[in-house]
Amino acid sequence: MIPAAFEYERAGSVDEAVSLLGRDEDAKLLAGGHSLIPMLRLRFARPSLLVDVGRLDELRYVREDGDRIAIGALTRHAELVRDPVLAKHCALIGEAAAGIGDPQVRHRGTIGGSVAHGDPASDLATIVLTLDADLVVRGPSGERTIPAAEFFSGMFVTALAHQEMLTEIRVPKVSAGAYLRVKRRAQDWATVGVAAARVGGRVQVGLTSMGATPLRARSVEESLAGGASPADAAAHAADGTQPRSDVSGSGEYRAHLAQVLVRRALEQL
Amino acid sequence: MTRIAVTVNGSRQEADVEPRQLLVYLLREQLGLKGTNVGCDTSSCGACTVLLDGESVKSCTVLAVQADGCEVTTVEGLADGAEFHTVQQAFHEQHALQCGYCTPGFMMATVSLLKEHPDPSEEEIRHGLEGNLCRCTGYHNIVRAVQAAARAGA
Amino acid sequence: MSILGHRVLRKEDPRFLRGEGRYVENLPLEGALAVTFVRSPFAHARIAGIDASAAVALPNVQVLTGADVDVGPFGPPHLPGLEQGMGRPLVVVDRARFVGEIVAIVVSEGRAAGADAAELVVVDYEPLPAAVRPADAAKDEVLLFPEVGTNVAARSGSPEHDAGLFDGCDVVVSDTLVSQRMAPCPLEPRSAAAELGADGRITAWLSTQTPHQDRLGIAETLGLEPSQLRVIAPDVGGGFGAKQLNVEDVLLVWLARRLGRPVRWTETRSESMLALPHGRAAHLEFTVGGTRDGKVLAYRLGILQDGGAYPLLGSFLPNLTALLSSGVYAIPRIEVEGRSVVTNTTPISAFRGAGRPEACQAIERALDLFAAEIGMDPVEVRRRNFIPKDAFPYTTASGATYDSGDYEGALDLALHAAGYEELRAAQRRRREEGGAKQLGIGIASYIEITNVIAESEFGEVEITPEGGAIVRTGSFSHGQGHETTFAMIAAERLGLPIEQVTVLKGDTDDIARGTGTYGSKSMQLGGMAASLAADEVVERAKKLVADYFEASPADIALDRAVGRFRVVDAPEPSLSWPELAARAAADERLAELKAEHDFQGAPTFPFGAHIAVVEVDTETGQVELLRLVAVDDAGTLINPLLAQGQQHGGVATGVAQALYEHFVYDDDGTPLTSTFVGYGFPSSADLPLWEAIAMETPTPLNALGAKGIGESGTMGATPAVLSAVLDALAPAGVRHLDMPVSGENVWRAIQEAKA
Repeated sequence: MIPAAFEYERAGSVDEAVSLLGRDEDAKLLAGGHSLIPMLRLRFARPSLLVDVGRLDELRYVREDGDRIAIGALTRHAELVRDPVLAKHCALIGEAAAGIGDPQVRHRGTIGGSVAHGDPASDLATIVLTLDADLVVRGPSGERTIPAAEFFSGMFVTALAHQEMLTEIRVPKVSAGAYLRVKRRAQDWATVGVAAARVGGRVQVGLTSMGATPLRARSVEESLAGGASPADAAAHAADGTQPRSDVSGSGEYRAHLAQVLVRRALEQL
Repeated sequence: MTRIAVTVNGSRQEADVEPRQLLVYLLREQLGLKGTNVGCDTSSCGACTVLLDGESVKSCTVLAVQADGCEVTTVEGLADGAEFHTVQQAFHEQHALQCGYCTPGFMMATVSLLKEHPDPSEEEIRHGLEGNLCRCTGYHNIVRAVQAAARAGA
Repeated sequence: MSILGHRVLRKEDPRFLRGEGRYVENLPLEGALAVTFVRSPFAHARIAGIDASAAVALPNVQVLTGADVDVGPFGPPHLPGLEQGMGRPLVVVDRARFVGEIVAIVVSEGRAAGADAAELVVVDYEPLPAAVRPADAAKDEVLLFPEVGTNVAARSGSPEHDAGLFDGCDVVVSDTLVSQRMAPCPLEPRSAAAELGADGRITAWLSTQTPHQDRLGIAETLGLEPSQLRVIAPDVGGGFGAKQLNVEDVLLVWLARRLGRPVRWTETRSESMLALPHGRAAHLEFTVGGTRDGKVLAYRLGILQDGGAYPLLGSFLPNLTALLSSGVYAIPRIEVEGRSVVTNTTPISAFRGAGRPEACQAIERALDLFAAEIGMDPVEVRRRNFIPKDAFPYTTASGATYDSGDYEGALDLALHAAGYEELRAAQRRRREEGGAKQLGIGIASYIEITNVIAESEFGEVEITPEGGAIVRTGSFSHGQGHETTFAMIAAERLGLPIEQVTVLKGDTDDIARGTGTYGSKSMQLGGMAASLAADEVVERAKKLVADYFEASPADIALDRAVGRFRVVDAPEPSLSWPELAARAAADERLAELKAEHDFQGAPTFPFGAHIAVVEVDTETGQVELLRLVAVDDAGTLINPLLAQGQQHGGVATGVAQALYEHFVYDDDGTPLTSTFVGYGFPSSADLPLWEAIAMETPTPLNALGAKGIGESGTMGATPAVLSAVLDALAPAGVRHLDMPVSGENVWRAIQEAKA
């Protein structure tokens, strides 16, 4: 289908992008475009202005920074898959990215776009939350860092102000990690996804598509911290959640999958 | 309208486009390259797959303006005159096409896949093609064609 | 050596490989206006008014509504037993009956303007209660056509049950099976274009499987003489039964005449998912009875067919299901009753298999249930009930006369190829190990009927001045490869190299008549028509050669190996086709080397056996298809390479029905799966390689020995996969699963069996 008309500007820098966003409250950032353009084609989204940040190659990187890894927001999924630093220190990110969409999507989609979209079905958003990542954001008054736990506030709603752009995601190095998902078909979004990682001495667990935002499975984490076995801890996977029912599965099924996948992810660590 | 310049199959093309114009329609309607097809509206089917700066992308999910200054390769750019590209020849020999509508997209996805995985396993082929849908062939001969192209050193 | 039976690569490939496919959307049409349809978002609603003022305020936009359309209705098809009072207005007049029905037409300069204008057309809908589920529609409480007084569009069989049907049966078991609604999803969305010529004739380019029938249908609907209309089907990107005449095709022609400007339209995929007819949607109930030693004595089948909002071929399909209800088994007593009802959903038409997969799904499930009930191996039960291979022609208790078959042979071939005993041993080991992932093995034997209504097809062969041949066929290949296979046949009969034979199709001005391609009938009808036309040309050529050699035609022979005519037993003089053609052209006798033939055939009955091996994750419910072994016998295979491609495609669709695809409506008739994101069309990552095995039991019903293979794959694959999943879950006590067999319904079935 054909999108409704909009204006277009290409930003030459992050600051320019921020400034352009200020032009109109219906302006939106365009990175890889693989969340936004499908919505434009079905006319579910009608921005007045697209601010294209896709050429800001200075935001495509993966760097070691002490015990953290800094990932530029415009790093493509395909780049995450083959990055050696991630493979060594935070492999679940590359593993998750390898299952996003399909190769064509992975050539264009970005981690920043995926996270900033605020979609509870986003595998990378869940991992970012699970790892307690820091999200570095630039706005008109400069830079700030938002902890992942404060970033996702509702379905497609994040802590980003209208005139802010996500520039970097800082994740800890992990000593073990896993990302498991159940999908109907290979190119589908996960019906349910589970991220598990050993961060410092703690095991942290996150859930994809179990709520209006990515979720932390805090009951599971507390149970593990109290010495429970993976199977016993996993029984708490769906505690406090109200997963939606849709064509991919009912809420009840999702809750069950969460328990199975959490157990399996914990057994893998 | 914005004026853009895109190098398509090695040849520099200029065009005036609306921002909302998709790359696939730039190729088909303004540049007359009808080989790239539109099969869906949810970026699912891959019939529109082209190479953008050497990597496979779904041209229905890229705005023409995003391709400004880039290199695009379409199915029309595969053959060398009368001589088929290795991938085209493999699709022919393995009977990997029936109605032909998905075929350009599959071949471009294959070119990109073999660049990244020159000797793919069957599973890597299937996952490498999970963004392309076909209703006619049941995929079997397409997988065989990719294997044949890999052996022939595509 | 004959070219027939060889794996000849396709002649038509080059243009598709180069991206030069001549799909309707690709054709230039100078000055064409773009057509966009405004479609109802309600399943059932009265139209209180349409305000197009904002739309027509855009430059060069026109809007037409049902009030402007002075022709119609469209359909229903003239099929026996089909209620004729449920015709479809080309554009809604007073009430919309399904989400996606056309309520207004936007005409614009360019497609983008059309999309913008369509959004501005304001339609005042008064929603009505909707009858979405066929069981609800059958109650006749919410009527789609109040003037007709019922939602029943067709009945077949008898609702009266023979109370003694199951007399003598030790065991009687029943179950239900929903052969769920599917969307055909050809990769090419439909496209149509039409232009009024200076001579008053319309040319219409359609993405269709049936150009000649479309021409007649459009002419009839618009009150035109067929001679005023030329239909051209160029290249078509898949059809699967759904791309036959539909309202949009008629409307494009109507618009071209009304506006005096060329017009064109291409549907979006979301539009196609609603507007292109759907398939299957049959609710089946069956009861099977037999003896403890495995003999099936009686079978009763009830079919409730969802016809969608307007009866199309789909509403007639229970007749085909009934015809094949016996499957490949000698069942003495069979009773079938069918009803088709209209519902507030997309109309149901033919979709690869069209009524026959449903028959197979029911009888195979019935045999498996019966086997489980008497504690017998499902393979053994089948052996005890197969129609034996020396029993042909065989007339079943459901009234079908099967031409030739070797059902036990097909199953044996499949079992051998699958390594059945090793599979059962592997399954036993896994069960003993007791892990989460268990194996399941399912078998299905099937019968198929092609050329169901004994149609006829046109073929013409003409020798060119260069001594090559042109075959004109009324069949219409949209992926099946007739440009190669029919060329092979003509080349064989004429003794020409295949490179010298060209096959033409799809233009009603060039091809005198035709039926098109559907129902797996093209090879046996179109191929035979081409073959016989070629033979006739050979006879005429012999007469010409006889004149030139001053001999009797009876003394002239064609040496097919080298393509030369000579007097019998005399190596010279001889004439090649090019030599003969040149001489004939010089004498103005070339036109004698042209002949046509209409070949009518009786239905033929392909058959086969499919075996599926699945791995079920009993914790998540996910099913992975590990292997699918398909033995498909379609008689003599003209080109085994292409035949195998048809097997692959058919099997993929059969598997997709079992595991992935279901077009779903909510209770209000709102579609929930109207894009490729929601609808489960599988990719290559969701399916394995196929093990397609050829078996050829020629039919005696035509000289080629050919049946049809296009739809065979859909017959056995679906029940084989369903059976395999049930087999995996049998130890858990699961005895029923609905398709598609998704993770969730597997999980639920396991939970319920535990309870």
